[in-house]
Amino acid sequence: MSDVRVAGTGLTSFGNSPERTSRDLFAEATITAFEESGVPRDDVEAVLYGNFMGELSEHQGHQGPLMAEAAGVQAPATRYESACASSGTAVREAVKRIRTGENDVVLVGGAERMTNLGTAGATEALAIAADDLWEVRAGVTFPGAYALMAQAYFDAFGGEHEDLAHIAVKNHENALSNDKAQYQRAIEVSDVLEAPPVSEPLGLYDACPISDGASALVLTSEAYAEDHDLEAPVAITGTGQGGDRMALHDREHLARSPAAREAGAEAYADAGVDAGDVDFAEVHDCFTIAEVLALEALDLEPIGEGISAARDGRTTADGETPINLSGGLKAKGHPVGATGASQIAEVTELLAGHHPNSDHVADATTAVAHNAGGTVASATVHVLEVDR
Amino acid sequence: MSDSDPVADAGFDEWLAAAAEGDAYYLECANGHGSLPPRRVCPDCGSTDIAEVELPETGEIRTVTVTHVPTPAFEDDAPYATAVVDFGPVRLTGQVVGIDVEDVETGLTVALEITTAETTGDRVIGLRPV
Repeated sequence: MSDVRVAGTGLTSFGNSPERTSRDLFAEATITAFEESGVPRDDVEAVLYGNFMGELSEHQGHQGPLMAEAAGVQAPATRYESACASSGTAVREAVKRIRTGENDVVLVGGAERMTNLGTAGATEALAIAADDLWEVRAGVTFPGAYALMAQAYFDAFGGEHEDLAHIAVKNHENALSNDKAQYQRAIEVSDVLEAPPVSEPLGLYDACPISDGASALVLTSEAYAEDHDLEAPVAITGTGQGGDRMALHDREHLARSPAAREAGAEAYADAGVDAGDVDFAEVHDCFTIAEVLALEALDLEPIGEGISAARDGRTTADGETPINLSGGLKAKGHPVGATGASQIAEVTELLAGHHPNSDHVADATTAVAHNAGGTVASATVHVLEVDR
Repeated sequence: MSDSDPVADAGFDEWLAAAAEGDAYYLECANGHGSLPPRRVCPDCGSTDIAEVELPETGEIRTVTVTHVPTPAFEDDAPYATAVVDFGPVRLTGQVVGIDVEDVETGLTVALEITTAETTGDRVIGLRPV
């Protein structure tokens, strides 16, 4: 299977810009991605765009063509919606198109405008990723759903809130040098433990913020990159996707993510690597507990042991397998539709040595990006490798 | 009907009405898999041979959270305890009522009781410790 080259990446700052439209955010990200890639806009054959709540936050459907236009690209465009895994699924489709030879150059990414909804409005909008009849109408929020998983994890395997607090502290620490991050601010374990509760056992500092932002990637075939002498040392070498029942209560084990396990296994096999080859990862830490579940699903930690990974230093910047060197969703921010592609952008920069945190993974060759939707009824995993 | 009349969600609203009368049920396929309505096909095996079966009277809490930051539809209800409960072959997610929220814990036995949301007056799946 031929690899797919990451020719260019672009991210807006993630954070609080309620007045900015998603078309403006996405345009900014694409300008950076095109500049970095050296690929002319005319060569783009498809635009794949991830977005989750545009109907609610901007009263805007049919966003594919709108975003192609914003990027200055004349090509067929499609929006992908898989809740918080929207642009992860878009990246996966782009990889498949390039591998089959259908397209040589694809613009893929995503954007989300959220803060204009306010906290209550954004909470309501995020909740539509759960089953409306059987979960949302019973009062389930997204923090609530992950809190149910956290409590189930504690009951099954042990662990306590303080273990989760170390994940938040680690990801805030990692974001200190990331200028695109929403929070460039160190926090202490006590800050997490003393924060107001959102859905117990999770508090305010266990949750990612509500964010505006966009991400863009210019992906090309190996042949196109060679023919055009592109500087593109990083390739997507594996892709996987998993699915599960929609409602959390229909998951056999309430503290595991089989969809992510399925996606990870498929991506590893596709790339011809295994978990032991993974030097670092960006995982979908929408809540602190989500990082634990992701590590276990990806076989980076044994089942029931991921809870201690941050506290014991295995996943810190100088640990064996650094996790979320970008700051993760927790500190970098989570503009939902932009997140999956933004993780690919961060991994690419880290592997290429262009990231402020690249020094922590200077010898790394293989890394993973894990993107999850809902209570992980959707998951995508991508393996990236760099030419050394 | 006028545009302002509320429209029912067929399958779900009948279930809530039945549950409010003490006649809650779940769906069981020919292979014994449980699921919740509305449903034409068993999500586990694809069977289209589906029948309504009486829901067990009590269930056990599998996991629980107390939510302090709700959606606007539950603004006046917070803080409230949400639990996932095993009722034999199906699980339900609902709000635990009739107990201090801080006393709700995994393993508690509860009975289904359709209640009313304070904020909206809408029917909500409630769970009362027995």
